[in-house]
Amino acid sequence: MSSSKLTRRGLIKTSAIAAGAGLALPTYLRADGHSGFTNAPTGDTVTLGFNVPQSGPYAEEGADELRAYELAVEHLNGGGDGGMMNTFSSKALQGNGIMGKKVEYVTGDTQTKSDAARASAKSMIEKDGAVMITGGSSSGVAVAVQALCQEAGVIFMAGLTHSNDTTGKDKKANGFRHFFNSYMSGAALAPILSANYGNDRKAYHLTADYNWGYTTEEAVRTSTEALGWETVAAVKTPLTQTDFSSYIAPVLQSGADVLVLNHYGGNMVNSLTNAVQFGLRDKQVNGKNFEIIVPLYSRLMAKGAGANVKGIFGSTNWHWSLQDEGSKAFVKSFGTKYGFPPSQAAHTCYVQALLYADAVERGGSFNPCAVGEALKDFQFDGMGNGPTLYRGEDHQCFKDVLVVKGKENPESEFDLLEIVEVTPAAQVTYDASIFGGDLGECNPGA
Amino acid sequence: MFGLNKRDTGLIAIVTVLVILAPFILNPFPEGSAMAQFNAGYPDLMQRFVIFGIFAIGFNLLFGLTGYLSFGHAAFLGVGSYGAIWMLKLFSLNVIPSIIMGVIVAGIFALAVGFVSLRRSGIYFSILTLAFAQMSYALAYSVLTPITGGETGLQIKSTDSPLLSNLEPGEIGRASLFGLDMRSSFEIEMGDWLFTFNTGYYLAGIVMILAFYLAIRITRSPFGMMLRAIKSNQQRLNYTGLNARPYTLAVFVISGMYAGLAGGLMVAMDTQVGPERMFWTASGEVVLMTILGGAGTLIGPVLGAGFIKYMENIISKINKGILEQWFAFMPDGIEDLLITLVYPFVGKGWHLTLGLMFMAVVIFLPGGLVEGGQRIGRVFRRRDRKSEHAEADAAKQRNTPAE
Repeated sequence: MSSSKLTRRGLIKTSAIAAGAGLALPTYLRADGHSGFTNAPTGDTVTLGFNVPQSGPYAEEGADELRAYELAVEHLNGGGDGGMMNTFSSKALQGNGIMGKKVEYVTGDTQTKSDAARASAKSMIEKDGAVMITGGSSSGVAVAVQALCQEAGVIFMAGLTHSNDTTGKDKKANGFRHFFNSYMSGAALAPILSANYGNDRKAYHLTADYNWGYTTEEAVRTSTEALGWETVAAVKTPLTQTDFSSYIAPVLQSGADVLVLNHYGGNMVNSLTNAVQFGLRDKQVNGKNFEIIVPLYSRLMAKGAGANVKGIFGSTNWHWSLQDEGSKAFVKSFGTKYGFPPSQAAHTCYVQALLYADAVERGGSFNPCAVGEALKDFQFDGMGNGPTLYRGEDHQCFKDVLVVKGKENPESEFDLLEIVEVTPAAQVTYDASIFGGDLGECNPGA
Repeated sequence: MFGLNKRDTGLIAIVTVLVILAPFILNPFPEGSAMAQFNAGYPDLMQRFVIFGIFAIGFNLLFGLTGYLSFGHAAFLGVGSYGAIWMLKLFSLNVIPSIIMGVIVAGIFALAVGFVSLRRSGIYFSILTLAFAQMSYALAYSVLTPITGGETGLQIKSTDSPLLSNLEPGEIGRASLFGLDMRSSFEIEMGDWLFTFNTGYYLAGIVMILAFYLAIRITRSPFGMMLRAIKSNQQRLNYTGLNARPYTLAVFVISGMYAGLAGGLMVAMDTQVGPERMFWTASGEVVLMTILGGAGTLIGPVLGAGFIKYMENIISKINKGILEQWFAFMPDGIEDLLITLVYPFVGKGWHLTLGLMFMAVVIFLPGGLVEGGQRIGRVFRRRDRKSEHAEADAAKQRNTPAE
């Protein structure tokens, strides 16, 4: 957005006189000249935009994200117990806001629709003067808002988005993602599957018929076929499907002995429930126990599927039961404030907010290019995922991936997943060029 | 003037003035004040006001005049958007061809849908259009991913180099009007007030005025009279030996083209399309807009569109922190009480507020916001029985059943 305005304070006196004359003062100067980027914070506060789904299918994740952001703002402004700021390896943050400016925020509802998300993000940028937008709980929204931020010249810190595209073919210089992706899920799951289920399996995929589903199916297929598994069939299911019985029945006839559910949210809850009700897990096929795999797990989904998740493998970005210092500090301050443990969506959003603030401090400016430079190839620790790298080529974080399993004997309604394996980052790292796309140049706007 | 009677000239003059002065009218509160939350004069929302205004005007031509309730109008908006963005990606970054393309594609699609759907009327027609729209949504979301980009939609990428442009390699194209960037704007600051004048908004505004003018001409034409005849009694029309189908199909296509125009403009303002634009809730929204503003009236749908978009973009952004700021001057107990009372109606509760307002309008002002305006007007003018009120005239039509 190229916008121009009169110098702010200097003209107030003059325009007090001119205001009565209506459209006087047609002269205007290139305003942001003094700062050189969109929405440069001028006063003693800085505004961040938290754009999360507050209505629609992912409203629950959105609410948890917003809680995490409020906690992050509190910590950045020096309130609360400081949470992960104390365990974060970079010590640039002082608890006095960002670069001495108090952090304020505006919120918006993405409705999990690209249009609504962009409208909301635009109003944050155009009206509220937000210098960074963050949040979201779906890849479609993340890609749409990321492109908007690239055009407008502000930083986008993605929330929960798992599709390869966000930092693959749709990557942008102004966008950053801390969450892991489909490729990493596949790579992390493969060794565990091989160890537990052997290398001689026949897999049947049910895939949600949209972008995230495709990339996840492809990732799991590639990594399991490398083990020697055979893919019998891959069937696409409509996103709006709620009853999957008609998709489950053919699985039994296909001769497959593993069912992969590339579903997320309500889809996964329903398809898994159907599969278990059909007794798939009690079946013996090809002399082996029939197994089900869910590549992307979240605690909220496990809660929805109830007892059906027991013993089922999947991957996740973070889980509150992790015992490192960072996770413990985060779970403690989140739990103290809200009374229950945070979800992985909350974690990634909290971390993104802190990483942004830290990058501004280290880069010495709110300018998106300075922030991008500070985050590029940035290595950090103490944020709950072990040593992590923000790769410069595609602005994707590389860190350990958790392989989890539905817990057999949960102790509480939050204690639904157990960590089976922490797959080291090296094993899930890939070459930045494999998904195509072009990062482009950072755009400071103005 | 321009073939309009005095009253309609007045109406279009008012609309023109409102469109031109919108940056002032919508920003009544000084920057930084507590009320600045309610300012709507930023480019994105102003663009949405006029674009959805066009969409609603077009919808009203069909629904308000013939009484055919299309429940799948968002499909035309979406199809128009896809047409427009492909034009930007492949042909030229100038928005004119892409907007025209949006209109053409939506028109052709409306012809196909209308040809099938208009064989039925009433609820069956509504269901058919709804089915077509949901089908288009599902197709765009998954099966047609190569053309529509699926869930993630389409954007202008750095790899796109339209035929009639000379972009540097790696440069991302920007939609423009003969070199005038749609997103450029200049701001005037007066005292504490900040007014933004955006190129894209004024383009959309001019198009809306033209669309509004065309809608008046259609409404006042013999063709418009025919459409109203269809609404008041289609059977009688059939018995007089007139075939209503060509008329309904024509207005259905015109209405679809209006939607395509709105879709094309949306792409011109913000170069991105996603399939949610065609979801049935989007179709429902335009029905709400029209009824809320006053179906069958000329200006009603525009008001309704503005009202709903305002709620969606302004009320939904009021969060707890802002409420705390507002009520901070009150004693603690009362402050908490007020926040608890108000909070469910703002932020994510904006749907609730909108629903209540909609109910209030439908119950107390069946003619929509326009009727509200008329009632207020009547209080001030005593002798208005004589003057034939264009809006009231049209609104009366509304109350007659469709079949």
